[in-house]
Amino acid sequence: MSVILVFLLVVLGVAGWWLSHQRLMSKPWLEQGVPAAFPDTDVTGMPTAKIALGIFLAVVGALFALFASAYFMRMDYADWQATPLPSILWLNTAILVLASVALQIAVIASRKGHDDTVRLALVTAGLTTLAFLAGQWMAWRDLTADGYLLDGNPASSFFYLITGMHGLHIVGGIVGLVRVGARGMGGRNDENTRLGIELCAMYWHFLLLVWLGVFVLLAGWANDFIAVCRQFLI
Amino acid sequence: MAVALVLVLIVAGSVLFHILSPWWWTPIASNWGYIDTTLVITFWITGVVFAAVVLFMAYCVFRFRHKEGRKADYEPESRKLETWLTVATALGVAVMLAPGLFVWYQFVTVPDDAAEVEVVGQQWQWSFRLPGADGKLGTSNSRLVSFDNPLGVNPDDPNGQDDVVVEAGDLHLPIGKPVKMLLRSIDVLHDFYVPEFRAKMDMVPGTVTYFWFTPTRTGTFDVLCAELCGTGHGYMRGTVIIDTQEDYQVWLQEQSTFAQLTAPEQVSVAGDARR
Amino acid sequence: MVEVTPHANNAVPAAEVADVELYHPKSWWTTYVFSQDAKVIAIQYSGTAIAIGMVALVLSWLMRLQLGFPGTFDFITPEAYYQFITMHGMIMVIYLLTALFLGGFGNYLIPLMVGARDMVFPYANMLSYWIYLLAVLVLIASFFAPGGPTGAGWTLYPPQAILSGTPGGQAWGIVLMLVSLILFIIGFTMGGLNYVVTVLQGRARGMTLMRMPLTVWGIFTATVMALLAFPALFVACVMMLFDRLLGTSFFMPALVELGQQLEYGGGSPILFQHLFWFFGHPEVYIVALPAFGIVSDLISTHARKNIFGYRMMVWAIVIIGALSFVVWAHHMYVSGMHPWFGFFFATTTLIIAVPTALKVYNWVLTLWRGDIHLTLPMLFALAFIVTFVNGGLTGLFLGNVVVDVPLSDTMFVVAHFHMVMGVAPILVIFGAIYHWYPKITGRMLNEAMGQFHFWVTFLGAYAIFFPMHYVGLVGVPRRYPDIGGTSFIPDSVHTLNAFITVAALVVGFAQLVFLFNLFWSLKFGRDAGGNPWRATSLEWQTPTTPPPHGNWGDTLPVVYRWAYDYSVPGAPEDFIAQNDPGPQTGHVAGPA
Repeated sequence: MSVILVFLLVVLGVAGWWLSHQRLMSKPWLEQGVPAAFPDTDVTGMPTAKIALGIFLAVVGALFALFASAYFMRMDYADWQATPLPSILWLNTAILVLASVALQIAVIASRKGHDDTVRLALVTAGLTTLAFLAGQWMAWRDLTADGYLLDGNPASSFFYLITGMHGLHIVGGIVGLVRVGARGMGGRNDENTRLGIELCAMYWHFLLLVWLGVFVLLAGWANDFIAVCRQFLI
Repeated sequence: MAVALVLVLIVAGSVLFHILSPWWWTPIASNWGYIDTTLVITFWITGVVFAAVVLFMAYCVFRFRHKEGRKADYEPESRKLETWLTVATALGVAVMLAPGLFVWYQFVTVPDDAAEVEVVGQQWQWSFRLPGADGKLGTSNSRLVSFDNPLGVNPDDPNGQDDVVVEAGDLHLPIGKPVKMLLRSIDVLHDFYVPEFRAKMDMVPGTVTYFWFTPTRTGTFDVLCAELCGTGHGYMRGTVIIDTQEDYQVWLQEQSTFAQLTAPEQVSVAGDARR
Repeated sequence: MVEVTPHANNAVPAAEVADVELYHPKSWWTTYVFSQDAKVIAIQYSGTAIAIGMVALVLSWLMRLQLGFPGTFDFITPEAYYQFITMHGMIMVIYLLTALFLGGFGNYLIPLMVGARDMVFPYANMLSYWIYLLAVLVLIASFFAPGGPTGAGWTLYPPQAILSGTPGGQAWGIVLMLVSLILFIIGFTMGGLNYVVTVLQGRARGMTLMRMPLTVWGIFTATVMALLAFPALFVACVMMLFDRLLGTSFFMPALVELGQQLEYGGGSPILFQHLFWFFGHPEVYIVALPAFGIVSDLISTHARKNIFGYRMMVWAIVIIGALSFVVWAHHMYVSGMHPWFGFFFATTTLIIAVPTALKVYNWVLTLWRGDIHLTLPMLFALAFIVTFVNGGLTGLFLGNVVVDVPLSDTMFVVAHFHMVMGVAPILVIFGAIYHWYPKITGRMLNEAMGQFHFWVTFLGAYAIFFPMHYVGLVGVPRRYPDIGGTSFIPDSVHTLNAFITVAALVVGFAQLVFLFNLFWSLKFGRDAGGNPWRATSLEWQTPTTPPPHGNWGDTLPVVYRWAYDYSVPGAPEDFIAQNDPGPQTGHVAGPA
């Protein structure tokens, strides 16, 4: 359970940092009136949706950290045989990076009011993301063709499970992107559209991060690192 | 008034129930008297805390219940009191934890001279295997389980040939000798549970778990399964008999070894191979 | 004093006030069924949770009948018995307690208590309820599916959970159970995000964190924990579903079932247990923390005294929340995991007892020199302290690794967790309903029926679960439909079991009086007025009762003080509402 515990430690760190600004040591019974002198303790000026997405991403992060924890724990058993990664995953990774970059460009362009660039960037992001999903599908087919089946070795079971779960989150993101895109395509560049694009970018960056983590995990590069950590633990 | 009285009666009733009730743990039959001691310490500390908190509450309800014209004190906090209470609680907790960890260390440290005995759980019966003359248990694997080899003992392991196999029968153990119970399951989780021994541990298919104890009193004891294992869980019973050394030897002589049990089958397998 | 006009500062979230169109529902459907009003959603959540809870109550009667009078009721076969305990446990923990505390009280109280008009994402909030309802329906469907519901125990331990030796294991039961849990988690995440973000972003002006009532603190922290803990259950459910339906071997080792070698191999049942309890232990506090918070407010209000040591109470909630993520394996001392873990988890488990004990001290110290009104909410709060202290202290037996060895998987454990996370939180739920019913409906619950309900429930529940500890001490294991004949169990235990069963039936029937009261008082209850308990927190200060969608009429409240200004020296009354600029008895806020 080391991965999830490390992840929670990070979450706890962020929560602790925020709480440390909330004057938890103050004596509220001594203070009356509206405490305008402590702006941090009021609600923040940040868009509510952004905060909500941030918390949701923490939940998603916990989910994948738990999958990683389960992966490492299952790996310790004798029947584990690493699954060779289909080489198409490298291409998929590059495509997903491209999608993330496109959305970042959309964010910047929408702030500057370059509507054409926004449109182009959103379409690029949508298409590259679809291409990523298609690429993942190809990776599954390659693996199946090579005989690494879902109900075979647990390493390949985990491959399908974790990439599938990641893919589902991407699909969910596409639904959001389509809604934002419909507004952006219409040439509307109001505050809501800008916020929507920013939220999409945030979500894509995070899922890219998750994907890189998943890639490292499935490729087995994390194993050496874990082995080193174990030496310190025991 | 009535409320305060009821609170006092709850404390009095609970204490009286504890003292007077005939329900207490079974007389111990192993070396784990320390566990009982730790439990008794815990009972004392927690009992005192329970009585103190509820009686204090009863007093407050009696003394400070609403009357015309009463006004509550205004007292947001008292750092001194809270610190004092925290320290006292931490001390109480430490007094329970320290002996607990000390005994746990003994519980997980198996003495070198402990004799190994294997318990195999399956839906819904107990089987046992004792190392034969060589003092070693042969390896096993649930993939090898079959009608003729119900415990999945490895037939190719010479250590296993003289193992004494007790399928769905009673286990006998000699008094006064430490035993390491090796626990194995061939289907689902079980838990080898003899209340008089105090010790217990889950049996997990795919791995071998263990605990150890020294029987301290002869007699016949019920074995129950303490981990839900399906419909027959409540009926998964067995028997352990703690014998004197002599009685144990007599019983041991009557048992069959793995080689004896599988001998006819070995021939037929060999015959199959030749064909 | 700082002079402030509402909305003068843009820190008041714009989204909160802007979309007032939403607060004027157009049709009956959007007002009462597909409502986006958190208060209506709260009532939907509560109603559904109580309804499914009644099913679980009936199941508990059936299993108690079997335990008290084994062999008398032919229709309770071992299969049925295991199905009853499984569904009873799962319903009570997840679908009743979690849903009621967070979905019910969270939805009703958070916006009102922090001075918001509604949850920040009303649509997602509505969706959350409907997915929860779907999860409940899937759960109920398993009663009617071929093979019946699963009988794997609420812990659903593999391998038995998905094998044919367990009811529903190779039939629909386990699949529907897992699907229902997955749905519940998805639905909860939508709601949970709302509760957390509303506390972060929806607070009225002046409502700093340290001015929030402890109820909000409890529900807020519990929701954060739930958001981080439920993914563990989600992962466990998905992986088990794969094992059951697609033939993977995440949790399944090579095994022989009833003489048949199965295809599975190499998996680890312990892995499931780690995932399950990584969720399962925080879950205990997900139920307990809202109860802690609510009971603090009940005691403070009805003792007319500020909660003693408010700061310490807040810190304790946060510390308990954080610590509860590193104690999970104390459920697994005898699971066969590496024995060295025992040292670590016993230590963390007993450390968590310290902040918890501190909360208990502060509750009883709040009573000291108070002005204790023995109203129904106060009675339930007192009963909570008794049962919670009792159940918490037996937790010290089970948390202390070596003492757990003889007691684990016996009726002692059953008695312990029913006392601490069954009876105690449910007493808080009752207290809370008696307390807030006047705000929800505008009428008081009937006092006579309430007194009857209280005494039977409290004393009855104590009579059920206190002696049950001793059944466990004798050595009776849990999950036995019929202990039958053994050498170590005296006949008197059977008599005690019969007594417990009778007590359980009586307590169960007393709940019908409560349900009747809920409906009866709706029409015949005494008129409550806006603030019958003369309480300080914001929900009692709404311009109308019951509050309409949007809660606050034209202007949002502005908060001038903490939630516990009771019996302030020099004040004309024994309470000062949070939005009352009122007499100044302390310092003005500002850089001191």
